[in-house]
Amino acid sequence: MRAPLSLLPLSLDKVVFEVGSRRIIDAISVSLEAGPRTVVLGPNGAGKSVLLRLCHGLLAPTSGVVAWNSAEIAGSSRRQAMVFQRPVLLRRSALGNITYALKLAGVPFAQRKERAMEALRKVGLEEIGAHSARVLSGGEQQRLALARVWALRPEILFLDEPTASLDPGATQEIEKVIAALHAAGTKIVMVTHNLGQAHRLGDEILFLHQGRLLERTPADRFFKNPASPEAAQFLEGELPW
Amino acid sequence: MNSFSEAAGQTFSLLASADAKLVDIVLLSLRMSITAALIGGVIGLPLGAVIAVNEFRGRRTLIVILNALMGLPSVVVGLLVYLLLSRAGPLGSWGILFTPTAIIIAQTILIMPTLAALSRQVIGDAWHEYREQLRSLGETKLGAAPTLLWDLKFSLVTIVLAGFGRAISEVGAVMIVGGNIDGVTRVMTTTIALETSKGDLPLALGLGFILLFIVLALNAAAYVVNDTAQRRYG
Ligand SMILES: Nc1ncnc2c1ncn2[C@@H]1O[C@H](COP(=O)(O)OP(=O)(O)OP(=O)(O)O)[C@@H](O)[C@H]1O
Ligand SMILES: [Mg+2]
Repeated sequence: MRAPLSLLPLSLDKVVFEVGSRRIIDAISVSLEAGPRTVVLGPNGAGKSVLLRLCHGLLAPTSGVVAWNSAEIAGSSRRQAMVFQRPVLLRRSALGNITYALKLAGVPFAQRKERAMEALRKVGLEEIGAHSARVLSGGEQQRLALARVWALRPEILFLDEPTASLDPGATQEIEKVIAALHAAGTKIVMVTHNLGQAHRLGDEILFLHQGRLLERTPADRFFKNPASPEAAQFLEGELPW
Repeated sequence: MNSFSEAAGQTFSLLASADAKLVDIVLLSLRMSITAALIGGVIGLPLGAVIAVNEFRGRRTLIVILNALMGLPSVVVGLLVYLLLSRAGPLGSWGILFTPTAIIIAQTILIMPTLAALSRQVIGDAWHEYREQLRSLGETKLGAAPTLLWDLKFSLVTIVLAGFGRAISEVGAVMIVGGNIDGVTRVMTTTIALETSKGDLPLALGLGFILLFIVLALNAAAYVVNDTAQRRYG
């Protein structure tokens, strides 16, 4: 059997997303390669969440193409995952939430529990596997969402402000797991409003403004010397951190 | 006033002695209403789930119709089922008019729209919350319906309990299609109606108390189920 071709790079070609006559994503062309962690920055309403959903296939572009290196096979398990700002968990145990995802991913029944336990250990939640997922704290819920991702071992993970409503301690925990996922070979694409976090986790920055991709810059250079005046203004407004 | 206290005394002794006739009527009512609630649930909940998670032409119209059918006048349902099942009707050859089966059919038709409409509401709200995450995990719409039904099982149980409550309190349709035959299709509500009109208040009152008690117990059970599930599962 041949190893499946990599999903990456993901290339967007003149992707446009409109609602009515409003253009929310305006002709974005970009290619996301395996490896560097990509952080998407931009002011509120810039279109960051919509862009992530277009990439992940939750929205279909009005025009343009979102293409993976090797097309996902319809009906087979997905090799990409997404973590939302508010974790979405089913009314069952923490462990049950992970085994459910593994079932959808086509993992044989006999292996599911073991893999789910391993993922819970990875995020430090092994003690509470039997607890109901929806009564966990916000930070624990988001870690559980990441454990679910860990169990799936996707090639690429999209994160939309995963720590926006968490305290600094919980945020740090989440960042650790994201770093571990990246170290294990998962491509990270993350939206955040936390510039410190963008600094810590980002290798390259995509800067979005009013639905347009204004720049794509290595993280160090972006924070010192952004190319676009809009990005400079954005950094000034958001600073200090 | 005097007759009332007299009736109350006789009612009490009826209840205390677990009068055989009274017990039979209660058991018959329970059996039919439970059957109707179960059949209504088996059809109504998946129907609600399918309407909640799918987009298809005529969906809005279907939802409006279902909501309207929730307020379906019971005697009209009785009349329609009567016409269907009467000897000259399309299903007359089944020969089930004036049998418990006819009552169960009428009760099921009566409560099914309520079960479907309420479950569509509950499942639709959850679907709104889960949709992107489930799609992200690769769930299909076909698979989402059972996932949601299982996830919301406690809310759905209380919906079925509400359906059972309506079925057992039903009188108009049950009277028409059951014929109120002693020992066969005479249930609590129709007995109360009949005995009251005959002036036999003790039996009517006794059954009235029991019916009231059942409805109260149902609501208490629904509350407890919901409250416990809320605290335990969020
Ligand atoms: N399904 C939709 N229908 C209509 N408008 C939408 C839809 N989704 C997003 N929008 C609009 O598109 C614009 C971009 O939204 P988006 O959520 O992508 O912004 P964002 O960059 O993620 O902002 P934030 O930083 O506040 O999360 C907003 O003005 C929003 O109102
Ligand atoms: Mg957003």
